[in-house]
Amino acid sequence: MSATVNPPVVFTQDELGWVSWIEPLPEAELTERHFAGLVDRARAKSEYFRLLVRDPEVLEARTKTDKDIFYNVADGLPRAERELAAAATSRYNGCIYCASVHARFASTYSKRREDVQKLLDEGVSADLGERWNAVVKASAALASTPIAFGPDNIAELRRAGLDDAEIVDVINGASFFNWANRLMLSLGEPSK
Amino acid sequence: MSTPDIIDTLAGIKPGSALDAIRARRLQARDNAQKSYLSLFEPIDAGDFSLLERAAVAAFVTGLHGESPVATFYRDKLAASAGGAALLEAIEAEIARGKTSGPYGSFPAGPLSVENTAGLIYRVSAASKSVLGARLVAAFEHAHLLVFRPRDAASTDMKALLAAGWSNTGIVTFSQLVAFLSFQVRVVSGLRTLAAANA
Repeated sequence: MSATVNPPVVFTQDELGWVSWIEPLPEAELTERHFAGLVDRARAKSEYFRLLVRDPEVLEARTKTDKDIFYNVADGLPRAERELAAAATSRYNGCIYCASVHARFASTYSKRREDVQKLLDEGVSADLGERWNAVVKASAALASTPIAFGPDNIAELRRAGLDDAEIVDVINGASFFNWANRLMLSLGEPSK
Repeated sequence: MSTPDIIDTLAGIKPGSALDAIRARRLQARDNAQKSYLSLFEPIDAGDFSLLERAAVAAFVTGLHGESPVATFYRDKLAASAGGAALLEAIEAEIARGKTSGPYGSFPAGPLSVENTAGLIYRVSAASKSVLGARLVAAFEHAHLLVFRPRDAASTDMKALLAAGWSNTGIVTFSQLVAFLSFQVRVVSGLRTLAAANA
């Protein structure tokens, strides 16, 4: 439970580290049950995943949910906009680590790095054009407690050209980051 | 799967409906959201976080999000749990005391400090403490932090849970449960809103 040296204090697209506040499992103690929970064996090298693998069944199900929501792009919303929903949710909740990862992905897939940076710099009220504004606004409304997502958000997403399958992708992507943000923010902290 | 899909049930999605077809295109996400629910509420090993504690935290967390089919579901689940009915009244009182609007809280000191937003720092009432016991008192205070002001979380909050008797593994499962419910309540709310817009 050591304090991080030099933690990031702004939202960034740079690659950050993350350190746990409680004890991850030592790599040498991982069993086949744990490796099943990690899904990708390479994740045994990550402090975050060796912490979450203390409950391997939940981690496995969560990882598979995550992968399908974000990587299954046979139809529905383009990857860039799923990542935008994740980045906007993380910006709004205040997760500097999650925002860095998914802002970077949003930039890679959209080629709109400056707009993504504007979201990080100005927050969810940044003007990013009609379609992205609708996705960001819907994500923030979903992240609010009580949940503020309503018929106006649906209408706005439709006006921006999204069909129902794409709107479901926004709902899934934004909702999932309310899960992810709470783990990353509460179990440890980012490091530069 | 023998247990009905909880998100479909709570969102009112009927087999053969348009939203059922859309959800079927993300089958792995749908099945694994269900598996997450089952691993949290019907775990292989509840040794670090008892079933009663899981039901109590779930009723509190979903209640904090406001009245909804999700909150009703977990309140009923608590009432049906061994020892749960005795906690209902105290939990209802704590939900009423803890309700507020989020996210709020502070950023790390620096340029983002101008965005810091103050809000309720929730603590369990003296009257409820004796009903809930030290582990659930610590759990509720931490769950409230995660629901409304996750960016305020600090290493001292982990120490508070450890001091109240939570193990490292118990803290991981407890954090997953609160975070998972934050996801589930939003998917259900979002899908219900979309279905209503189409009705």
